[in-house]
Amino acid sequence: MPAYLLRRLFQSALILLGVSLVTFILLYVLPADPVRQIAGRSATPQVVENIRRQLGLDQPFLVQYGRYLWGLLQGDFGRSYLQKTDVATLIAARLPATLQLMGGAILCELVLGLTMGIVAALRRGRALDQGLMIVSFVAVSAPQFVVSLLLLYVFAVKLGWFPIGGYGTLSHLVLPAVTLGILGSGWYSRMMRSSMIDVLRQDYIRTARAKGLTRGRVILRHALPNAILPIVAMIGIDIGIFMGGIVVVESVFGWPGIGQLAWQAIQRIDIPIIMGVTMVSACAIVLGNLLADLVTPFIDPRIKLK
Amino acid sequence: MSGAAPLSGAASAPDADALPALTVEGLEVSVRTEAGLRPLVSGLSFTLARGETLAIAGESGSGKSITSLAIMGLLPPPAVRITGGRIKLGRTELTDLPEGRMRAIRGDRVAMIFQEPMTSLNPVLTIGTQLAEAIRAHETVSKAEARARALEALRSVRLSQPERRLDQYPHELSGGMRQRVMIAMALALRPEVLIADEPTTALDVTVQREVLDLLRDLQRELGTAIILITHDMGVVAEMADRVIVMRDGRMVEEGRATQIFTEPRADYTRALLAAVPRMGAGRGRPPVEAEPIARLSDLQVRFDLKGGLLGRTQARVHAVEHVSFDIRRGETFALVGESGCGKSTIAKAMVGLVPHEGRIEIGGQTLGTLDAAGRKALRRRVQIVFQDPMAALDPRMRIGDLIAEPLVIHGIGTPEERRARVGDLLTRVGLSPAQMERYPHEFSGGQRQRICIARALALRPELIIADESVSALDVSVQARVLDLLAALKREFGIALLFISHDMAVVENVSDRVAVMYLGQIVEMGTRDQVFGNPQHPYTRRLIEAVPVPDPLHQRPPAPRLAGEIPSPVHPVGAGPERVRLADVGAGHLVAG
Repeated sequence: MPAYLLRRLFQSALILLGVSLVTFILLYVLPADPVRQIAGRSATPQVVENIRRQLGLDQPFLVQYGRYLWGLLQGDFGRSYLQKTDVATLIAARLPATLQLMGGAILCELVLGLTMGIVAALRRGRALDQGLMIVSFVAVSAPQFVVSLLLLYVFAVKLGWFPIGGYGTLSHLVLPAVTLGILGSGWYSRMMRSSMIDVLRQDYIRTARAKGLTRGRVILRHALPNAILPIVAMIGIDIGIFMGGIVVVESVFGWPGIGQLAWQAIQRIDIPIIMGVTMVSACAIVLGNLLADLVTPFIDPRIKLK
Repeated sequence: MSGAAPLSGAASAPDADALPALTVEGLEVSVRTEAGLRPLVSGLSFTLARGETLAIAGESGSGKSITSLAIMGLLPPPAVRITGGRIKLGRTELTDLPEGRMRAIRGDRVAMIFQEPMTSLNPVLTIGTQLAEAIRAHETVSKAEARARALEALRSVRLSQPERRLDQYPHELSGGMRQRVMIAMALALRPEVLIADEPTTALDVTVQREVLDLLRDLQRELGTAIILITHDMGVVAEMADRVIVMRDGRMVEEGRATQIFTEPRADYTRALLAAVPRMGAGRGRPPVEAEPIARLSDLQVRFDLKGGLLGRTQARVHAVEHVSFDIRRGETFALVGESGCGKSTIAKAMVGLVPHEGRIEIGGQTLGTLDAAGRKALRRRVQIVFQDPMAALDPRMRIGDLIAEPLVIHGIGTPEERRARVGDLLTRVGLSPAQMERYPHEFSGGQRQRICIARALALRPELIIADESVSALDVSVQARVLDLLAALKREFGIALLFISHDMAVVENVSDRVAVMYLGQIVEMGTRDQVFGNPQHPYTRRLIEAVPVPDPLHQRPPAPRLAGEIPSPVHPVGAGPERVRLADVGAGHLVAG
């Protein structure tokens, strides 16, 4: 187990190195010039060159990347070009809001998705199953900006149940978390349904029924732990899918998280922030996957981490 | 309904002995299809007396398993259901019982064990949990008490180290051990009726012997009535008081076991009994004297088990250890042994599917020294037929294309010539060239195996490896496929490496036999030497464990072995003790 953990952490570090390199290359070859953004349209070529030299952007690619990496190893994400603040400070200030939003969204997608999936599997082929699968199909295909605006209009503007935007209380969290969760719930309900149908066909379910167990116990104690295994691995991967949605949802609901930070930085080509947010997200995805893999042996004793 | 007085039914009424444990009257089970209701079981009536063993025998599709599920109320809803007749457990009518009351009876008054011990236990729950919940589903006892009862149940099925087993998971137990757990679970509440659906079919023959002995002992102890569902007439002869023979959902014949075996009335029963391979049927055929087509010397196959921080090899599975034998042109050489003994690994090594050490020579060419073209050419000379014909045929290809594929790969013939060849091959294996355009799912299991054989024949090989090729087939189908193989062997002079766990089949078809145990050959010789004069204790144990399809046969009392086969996994640098074969006369080799 410790050997497994060490090996996985080493692999994770390699992945993060790869992510940083690819992102850095993409930002380097970008046709837009960050220095122009900082200096403004009316700046003289002399001023532009000065700023470029100050930021070290006149150096060859490898030097720039080497410097960035060296800083990263010391926990230094660099300074924002425009906000003149440490990127680490900016991210740290906004990370709790995003984590809260993700937590809420994961909870929402699991509760919605797993329930829909289990119910559909138990009513396989009937009207309820077909209805739920249409719902899940709509959920995965609806664009998030449409869903968020729809929820805002109905539950905030018309019904007034939740605030229109902002951050702070639980009721602020509901609409953005549900918006993010709806997409995932569509995926999860489909996966859970097919996984559950597969498990219900297994011999050990027949054994459990032959023992005279109640239907509830057969489903919750015998079918569910087996059916949920593929879903656990999925949650780890899911964090990556979330990052795209978070940029949209945080903008619509005025949620002060790293999604908004990233959005603003991309518009102004504030490279250190883009890099910082990318690295933090990549970290979250890698850790999420690791965590999912560490949890599986507790559900399935056949899996040994070696 | 609770099991507070589990044996109450046996003593309460004065006519308890006269009242059958189970009565089935005119049972009809049908499946709903697009074409309407199709009957799976029709007009089935029988009674099961207390303490009696009734065998329901039949081939696949006879409706025997459906009958057992109907009694348990476990027919797969909503497509399959009881459409007529009555099932009575003692005085309780089961047919119209609401699910809630049926649930209370299931596991308590009527219990069931299934064919597949490997998949019949929940992989994520401990043995103790699964046993205890069966008890707690029917009796209000504390968790500690249920656990104590579970332990007692494991002891009663003679499982080694029962305390430790309670906290183990199913994957940590072998197939035989799991089937004992299933039996413990079924009998923990002392049901009136136990339904055993092919309880030993998936087990090795020596393990089957132990499980059958156990079932019989427990029945004597508890007085449980048993319905034994099986396709194996040997098992029927050993276990049953009475027998029902079923075919296509109907009862063909019913009678006492001795009567069914000595004077069967129905033609079908006679045909079924005639198809059962019996030990001794192959005796006296002279061995084939010819040049060897394949020669294996000191063959070893090992698989590395990696682990640790750097993924180093920490242990090895010694699948095949120092195996040497040769196969002569035109003979049937049989490799026999129980699961995990390495017999299939040898087959894979011979066609280059697993890396090996040692020397494999086929038709004078050494396998390891060939380049890619040489290996491809060699594959024309050796073909393999696997156990499961459905899995071995691509469901999306027409059988004409499947059989022609080896010809296409080796660039033989024009499309017209290949077509003619395929038609010819289909005729040879007893199918018709007109079936070329059909898909595998349109054929029965036996026909599919014929297609696999036709495909293996397409390249006119000199050696065919039949790896458990008839094990998954019904006995009557098995007999016909074996006849086909024998005829093809005679006609084309093909040598056959026949790999099987079934001693009776091996005795019937082989010229020479090698018995394998834990990756090594422990006895080898002609069929008459190995079966007529078995020398190694393991060979004797295998032969004695085979159920004999004769209820009057007295089996010699054998020592009761509840032991498990040792593991073939050894740490790096260590290995199993190597056995030395000594000639005890006329080439009969036995491990010392």
